[in-house]
Amino acid sequence: MNRELRRVSIVIFMMFLTLFVATTSIQVLSAETLSQDQRNVRSVYDSYKKQRGSILIDGQPIAYSKQADDVYHYLRTYTDPMYSGLTGFFSNYQGATGLESAMNSYLTGQNSAQFFEQISALFSGNPVTGASVELTIDPVVQKAAWDALGDKTGAVVAIEPKTGNILALVSKPGFDANLLSVHNGVDSTKNYNDLLNSKLDPLKNRATTELYAPGSVFKILVATAAIESGKYTPESTLPNPVKFKLPGTNVYVQNSGEGKCGGKATVSIADALRFSCNVPMAQLGILLGQDVIRAQAEKFGFGKSIKVPLTITPSVYPTGMDDAQTGLSAFGQFDDRVTVMQVAMMSAAVANGGLMMKPNLVETVLSSNLAALSTPSPQQLGSPMSATTAAKVRDMMIGAVARGVSSNAQIKGVSVAGKTGTAQNGQGEPYTLWFTGFAPADNPQVAVAVVVANGGGMGQGGRGNSLAAPIAKKVMEAVLRK
Amino acid sequence: MSFTNLTESIRIPKIIRVIPRNRNIEAWLLVLAVGLFAFELAQIQLSVLQVLRSDFWLYFLPFSAAVIAIHFVLRIRASEADSLILPIGVVLNGLGIAEIYRLDLHTELIKGTELFAGKQIAWTCLAIAVAAVVVIFVPSHLFLRRYVYVSMFLGVGLLLSPMLPFIGKSINGARLWIGIGPLTFQPGELAKIALTVFFAGYLVTRRDSLAIVGRKVFGVRIPRARELGPIISIWVASLLVLVLQHDLGTSLLYFGLFIVMIYVATGRSIYVVVGLTMAISGALVASRVADYVTSRFDAWLNPFDQSHYDAIGGSYQLVQGIFGLAHGNLLGAGLGGGLPHLVPLAESDFIIASLGEELGLVGMFAILALYLLLVSRGVRIAFNHNDDFSKLLAVGLSFVIALQLFIVIGGVTRVVPLTGLTTPLLAAGGSSLIANWIIIGVLLRISDSMGSGQRVIGAVN
Repeated sequence: MNRELRRVSIVIFMMFLTLFVATTSIQVLSAETLSQDQRNVRSVYDSYKKQRGSILIDGQPIAYSKQADDVYHYLRTYTDPMYSGLTGFFSNYQGATGLESAMNSYLTGQNSAQFFEQISALFSGNPVTGASVELTIDPVVQKAAWDALGDKTGAVVAIEPKTGNILALVSKPGFDANLLSVHNGVDSTKNYNDLLNSKLDPLKNRATTELYAPGSVFKILVATAAIESGKYTPESTLPNPVKFKLPGTNVYVQNSGEGKCGGKATVSIADALRFSCNVPMAQLGILLGQDVIRAQAEKFGFGKSIKVPLTITPSVYPTGMDDAQTGLSAFGQFDDRVTVMQVAMMSAAVANGGLMMKPNLVETVLSSNLAALSTPSPQQLGSPMSATTAAKVRDMMIGAVARGVSSNAQIKGVSVAGKTGTAQNGQGEPYTLWFTGFAPADNPQVAVAVVVANGGGMGQGGRGNSLAAPIAKKVMEAVLRK
Repeated sequence: MSFTNLTESIRIPKIIRVIPRNRNIEAWLLVLAVGLFAFELAQIQLSVLQVLRSDFWLYFLPFSAAVIAIHFVLRIRASEADSLILPIGVVLNGLGIAEIYRLDLHTELIKGTELFAGKQIAWTCLAIAVAAVVVIFVPSHLFLRRYVYVSMFLGVGLLLSPMLPFIGKSINGARLWIGIGPLTFQPGELAKIALTVFFAGYLVTRRDSLAIVGRKVFGVRIPRARELGPIISIWVASLLVLVLQHDLGTSLLYFGLFIVMIYVATGRSIYVVVGLTMAISGALVASRVADYVTSRFDAWLNPFDQSHYDAIGGSYQLVQGIFGLAHGNLLGAGLGGGLPHLVPLAESDFIIASLGEELGLVGMFAILALYLLLVSRGVRIAFNHNDDFSKLLAVGLSFVIALQLFIVIGGVTRVVPLTGLTTPLLAAGGSSLIANWIIIGVLLRISDSMGSGQRVIGAVN
């Protein structure tokens, strides 16, 4: 009988082995996948148990979790709608957006940087407190941008060119994230739907994810491409008719306000930029060709999604255009689409001598015992142009502000480089108004991009110089006053 | 084993064997087991309530007293019995009580009224007492052989009793009497012991004729039709249980038990082949025919499918149990730190998911290892005993624990379809506790006789 018993023992052992394997497979191998299943409420309950980290600016919280006397233990609280474009919201019912989502693993204490805290929590039973995120935002600059935009729809991004640190990021209108973090599903959902259905679209982030037609700010890119090609200098001239017939069409390109762009037979690239003339830029675009312009656009970061750590929507330079479309695209029309962040990056690259730094919002991540878990150092994204080209483009942008049509960004006693844009969006549609630039031009402290959407409430009556440039001026002043 | 050899060689009469070494080992292990139980209770109170409450003693003392009592019964009545079986049973039963108590504390927090831990303690004490009664009143391992046919009637009667409306009522009555909500007296739990006794007795007498082979077909010797009779009747009975009682688990349990026992008795692997074929074909037919089985199979194969998840009697419970296990991860949420109450029947059918969530993979491995050790002690008794009836009985009882565990935990971990069997010694429920403590009692009784004088004769042979 013992031979049979031995075989039965083996069968019993195999049965147990199966159970060992099955539990290992569930508890360890697929634990991660299972914890992310929508129907698994455990991770949600877990997240309630621990205090979520704060989002800080200069040590002051703009989003924090305060103790609450309910099953959720903590209520997420926001101090000012001015920061809604940064924080996004964190809701038990609607999920999370903005930095609340991008920095979630740190804020919840689940990032691998907190490994040792997690291990000690296993033994102490105390949940890991989330880490706090200190931002690079300068509250004064942020406030200046917020106030300067007033009740206009639009966005402002201000970057420190040398480091890529983001000093201000405003999207207007903002929203009160407290409306969504309430511990009441009915209220939270109602508030969410109200925001979602609002004509002002406050939940859209106009600085990072919305795409706009760039208009004349795109001329900076085309001028850069021209000078980088080695075939052109700022002094290179182009024919200067009053109208330019786009090849293969009956469509004429005119300068803004039917301007004559100096009124001479030819015009230099520098003057074309200074007066923001469409006719020479369209010709220059066709001469360069879409491939050269696209290559330059890609060097500036077009077509690439980056995380700052907010995810930036890739900007678009169209493909497969004919010459007519290439001509239009050269002054920021046709299907060119950009984010405000992308335009700010472009100016910052010019300001930084051709070196483009990666825009960054996070100064440091602090664990609950104030140990720095992560302190991002400035990161180079690329070198879209040589230092010589950068200097030439800078000088042209100085001309545009000092003696050109971007004059409203002038700051007394400071040399400002910049370029306005007034993009058309089709028949009868309000313009998109732009300004981008940097100051002081010889030692840039700040690069800025401003968009005023929906014509700033003036339909087709507003111009980049009249509406966007004054906002940029206030933002740059806020930085320079320090 | 030098000690056993020593006593045997000098042939000291049993009555004056004064060195109960097994019992001393057992005593130390029991101290550890009961200490572990105290630790579990304390941790749960501290974790859930943040304080130690005096009702700690209410749970701790009766259990400890019952454990001490049966230990002394063994010292007097079965001093040579296996030293590991009782401590393992105590650890597992204590862990079950602790987890049930932990779920009770959550019920208390949400002001619920369905509490189980008190009843579980009461049942445990009763079950240990029954085990003690077995040790006291079953004088030798041969005693049960006299009741082979009584066992058969008892087993079949218990097994079929829920089908009869009249007895079914009396079960309802019994449920009211013990007052355990939806979890009732499961006669099948006791039937498995009676049937194991019957199988052992029957097979010992018939093994020779069952082992005689009939014709050879394709090089395989087929038993004569007459010898296939018993296996066919058990197969039909199992299918009846499946069809009439809607219990795939019980059905599998008895059939698997019988196949293993007939194999051990006869040494004929053809029974295993025939048995497995019958079991698989039966299960396949049932999965097509019986809606109950079909939905269980669907829930087993595609539990995460939304339609099965939402279906009544679908995979919701299974999926929630798996989520719980996954939440436990490697080290577990800690006793009192998880959310086991999210799984329906967390205190009974899914106690293993509750424990897996709070103790993690490490805890699951420890629990499985304890069961494996318990089963291997039983198989070891079968190996070492010189009496064939005892051998069969020991292997049958051990295998029934192993198979039940495989079906239950395998059901929760998706190795096999989910069934309604209970996790031995851990799950809330009186009949299961009593049945498993009877098994422990019988194993202890059989193991005590291993070192008796008969063995010397065996050694001479």
